[in-house]
Amino acid sequence: MQTRIQAPETAPATRIEAGGVRLEGVTKAFPGRRRGADEVIALQGVSLQAAPGETVAVVGPSGCGKTTLLEIACGLIAPDGGTVDAAPAALMAQRDLLLPWAGALDNAGLALRAAGASREEAREEARPLLRDFGLEGFERARPHELSGGMRQRVAFLRTLLSGRPVLCLDEPFGALDAITRHEMQAWLAGALAREPRTVLLVTHDVEEALVLADRVLVLSPRPGHVVATLEVGAPRPRRRTDPELVALRERALQELRA
Amino acid sequence: MATLTMISLLIVAGLIGAWELYTHVGGVDEFLLPAPSAVAEALVEDRGLLWENFVVTAGEIGLGIGVAVALALACAVALHFSADLRRALYPLLVGSQTIPIPIVAPLLVAWLGFGLAPKLAIVALVCFFPIVVPTIDALARVDADLRKLMRSFGASRWQTFRLVEAPAALPGLFTGAKLSVAFATFAAILAEQSGSENGLGHLVAQAIPQFETARAYAAVLILSAFAVALFGLLALAERRLAPWHRPGGVLAVGERRLPVDPHR
Repeated sequence: MQTRIQAPETAPATRIEAGGVRLEGVTKAFPGRRRGADEVIALQGVSLQAAPGETVAVVGPSGCGKTTLLEIACGLIAPDGGTVDAAPAALMAQRDLLLPWAGALDNAGLALRAAGASREEAREEARPLLRDFGLEGFERARPHELSGGMRQRVAFLRTLLSGRPVLCLDEPFGALDAITRHEMQAWLAGALAREPRTVLLVTHDVEEALVLADRVLVLSPRPGHVVATLEVGAPRPRRRTDPELVALRERALQELRA
Repeated sequence: MATLTMISLLIVAGLIGAWELYTHVGGVDEFLLPAPSAVAEALVEDRGLLWENFVVTAGEIGLGIGVAVALALACAVALHFSADLRRALYPLLVGSQTIPIPIVAPLLVAWLGFGLAPKLAIVALVCFFPIVVPTIDALARVDADLRKLMRSFGASRWQTFRLVEAPAALPGLFTGAKLSVAFATFAAILAEQSGSENGLGHLVAQAIPQFETARAYAAVLILSAFAVALFGLLALAERRLAPWHRPGGVLAVGERRLPVDPHR
């Protein structure tokens, strides 16, 4: 184990007010499913830093607490131990969670409505983004009329329009087929180039993490802790066949197998 | 589709024909079982009388369902917002459904008189439960991840209700309202037979001792037709107000042509 639960001794390296995220020695356990069962430790002393504008990916096997980590970063659940210092964050899940009765425009503007905007104000603000991100003409289309990739695009724009400096993406393309997933990764890279945000990306797809992130944390099986941190320096836009990415991929897979 | 309609029409025609034949050949007293032709005759001859009483009963059913919907909606929302209230009131809700209406109806009439009030009370009492249960259920079954998403957007409890839970509960409310149509018809007739001066239930109660059996059958026919029409009206309203509930149905009715995804 590389990290232990303790109070941070150094001053924050990231400026949270500008939209960074800093987790130090975060621990979280859940009560066992059955009565009398041992509690399940999801995270054990996980530290993570994302400077404003950085994309940090977290990869790991299923059930290693990746989603819990994001929910802690978003302030949806409190950690049992460790410190959390994060700018306001919005969550995007694997399931698009679009409202079936609302068109793409209204779905994209949901966070604005939640922040108190009127329907018209939210539409006004969401409309140009839909146009810029290839959804023009689909403003009134309900989710069941959209393809899987388009639904995830609407869900991403909804997250973007929340106005939060930090985006927590929880396996955003996990439910898509391989071809659409590759398209969406390129699309997301382009979207983040236009609208830079601090991004925490959770995925079990090592390639996806390497194509999109500045840094990749590899988590162990439960209880999750960081077993490796990979810096990805390759210039963007990245190609999967880039020798640096290929080498990093081998390293990440090795760490995951260990 | 056309064949299916033909088949159901043929079956209905066959049944009516058999009934007609039986009343003529079987030698059944027309006061006991009138022929379909006699019922049709009564429909035309007594149309003024039937219409007059139909308006009363239709009003009781419509208003009664309206009262039940309003009460059920208020109750469902209150119970949805307060877990304590839910625990305290849910057994009472179930209890409301075990009230033996045929016994209570005359008591309500004795208390509230021969007017509209006891009818509304009885129809609303019968319809309340089938509306409130699917509505509470639909509110409770909203995706937990969707609630979490709204919280991550900083939405208040009320905003989550208004933007997410209330629209999600609409199909549940419609399911309840459609179910209640069948119960309301029965309840209105029961209420009228427990004591009233008009309405189709009153008409039937009077027609039988007067040996106007055909008129009684005509009244039943009108009432059934009204219930079916009301059900159809609600189904139509549901399709307009909650079209996402049955996407297949919407697509079949008329799909908007969408522009081609430029990214595919």
